[in-house]
Amino acid sequence: MPPEVLIEVNDLSFSYDTRPILKGIDMSMRRGQVVAIMGGSGSGKTTLLRLISGAIQPTSGHVKFAGEVVHELNRDALFRLRRKMGMLFQFGALFTDLSVFDNVAFQMREHTNLPESMIRDLVLMKLHAVGLRGAHQLMPNALSGGMARRVALARSIALDPMLIMYDEPFTGLDPISLSVIGNLIRRLTDALGMTSIVVTHDVQESLKIVDYVYFIADGVIAAQGTPKEVRESVAPFVHQFVHGEEDGPVPFHYPAQTYQEDLKLEDTFA
Amino acid sequence: MPRRIVSAVQHIGHRVIESIWRLGYASRFFILVLLKSGTSLRRFGLVMRELYFTGVLSLIIIVVSGLFVGMVLGLQGYETLQKYGSESAVGTLVALSLVRELGPVVAALLFASRAGSAITAEIGLMKATEQLAAMGMMAVDPVARVVAPRFWAGVISMPFLAAIFSVMGVFGGYLVTVVFIGVDEGSFWSQMQSAVDFRFDILNGFIKSCFFGVAVTAIAVFEGYDAPPTAEGVSGATTRTVVTSSLVILGLDFILTAFMFRGVS
Repeated sequence: MPPEVLIEVNDLSFSYDTRPILKGIDMSMRRGQVVAIMGGSGSGKTTLLRLISGAIQPTSGHVKFAGEVVHELNRDALFRLRRKMGMLFQFGALFTDLSVFDNVAFQMREHTNLPESMIRDLVLMKLHAVGLRGAHQLMPNALSGGMARRVALARSIALDPMLIMYDEPFTGLDPISLSVIGNLIRRLTDALGMTSIVVTHDVQESLKIVDYVYFIADGVIAAQGTPKEVRESVAPFVHQFVHGEEDGPVPFHYPAQTYQEDLKLEDTFA
Repeated sequence: MPRRIVSAVQHIGHRVIESIWRLGYASRFFILVLLKSGTSLRRFGLVMRELYFTGVLSLIIIVVSGLFVGMVLGLQGYETLQKYGSESAVGTLVALSLVRELGPVVAALLFASRAGSAITAEIGLMKATEQLAAMGMMAVDPVARVVAPRFWAGVISMPFLAAIFSVMGVFGGYLVTVVFIGVDEGSFWSQMQSAVDFRFDILNGFIKSCFFGVAVTAIAVFEGYDAPPTAEGVSGATTRTVVTSSLVILGLDFILTAFMFRGVS
């Protein structure tokens, strides 16, 4: 029997004012999967995460999370649903006035009545999972970019969510931190049996850890498949993206009038 | 030419509509903060922490400014009153000026610059660095958890700061006139005691400072929460907090004074 579907995205569209961002997206994500959503800047990847978390409402279509249509929930029900979700923001979004320990303990203190001694043990366990138990007394401004993201990862798994969404988790990291974060995403997903959605530009690192990839271009799913299928794809867009080619379906030059017209060469030689 | 006039009228109309819309938005936000104040009351520790940042850390500027304002008042008052042989009334002048007007107003202006701007910058930066969005994703309402405690801390701090400002001002006036110049100490205090009325002077000054506290902190939290999430956005919001708060304090002061001291001779 295949693992249970956790997230279903059906014919999802979203527009900012009249500008369409997403046009009829269909996706399905199962428990235990790490799914990558790739695409160029401004292709609507982060918007898709915000739709899944219920931060914005779709223009049409729907997102179902654990059987519930996210945008039909009232505020209280949405907040209850969000306790089953975690999100890792691009630069961690740690609370700068709280220590590493208090950041990870934040949700436990807000949503549970656990005694402080148990919170302490749980926080240290979460920090141990990301290799930063020894840094629990530090303030966020004393952390490197990679460490901040690991703390944010520990914070997002504080209440053992069913889903974690990662918004550009690899941006601006050195190769070691990049590899550490990548491995952590895979390991934690497997260990906690949750689902991970990774929005990223980093093709090589993400293809090492994900189970399935969706490519978004011009607001639609341009391609999808397993990492193996993606690597071997001959579809022009996927090939250009995976191999980082300068020109292709995504052109190098921004649309403009001809070079000759701009430089007024015809006038010169006329 | 007519096109330019139409364009100018359109521009003015647009600005007016935008200002009214923003005022309505700010009012709705203010009501939202009040409605979501339950967490602040249940977990008063959140407010206590903010009381330290907005109240305690504002003390130094309030104490020093109050002292100097009182000293200047004492000096100026003495210079004028001694011409009429009434230098012993300088205590009354200093106390009434401070308790009725300068205490609440100058303390509120200083509070807006020191604590109001800090509140706006902090909330604005939390928004710019996605901390508020992260909180929302953790199913914690940022208005209840971040905004409301700061609002109530400001509202509670303001009357205390105004009172401390007035006390320091009276002490400054005493230092200059009694200790340095040599005005009779007994008449300084006794005239002050007989002239300052608890109901009309002290209570009204306290009420004014409560109004100013609500106004300054409401503006500060709104500007921070509404700040565009960029460096320019946060800096603009901080400036708007100080400018708007200052104007609102002075405007409110006039209105409150007109109501409070109507018919009092």
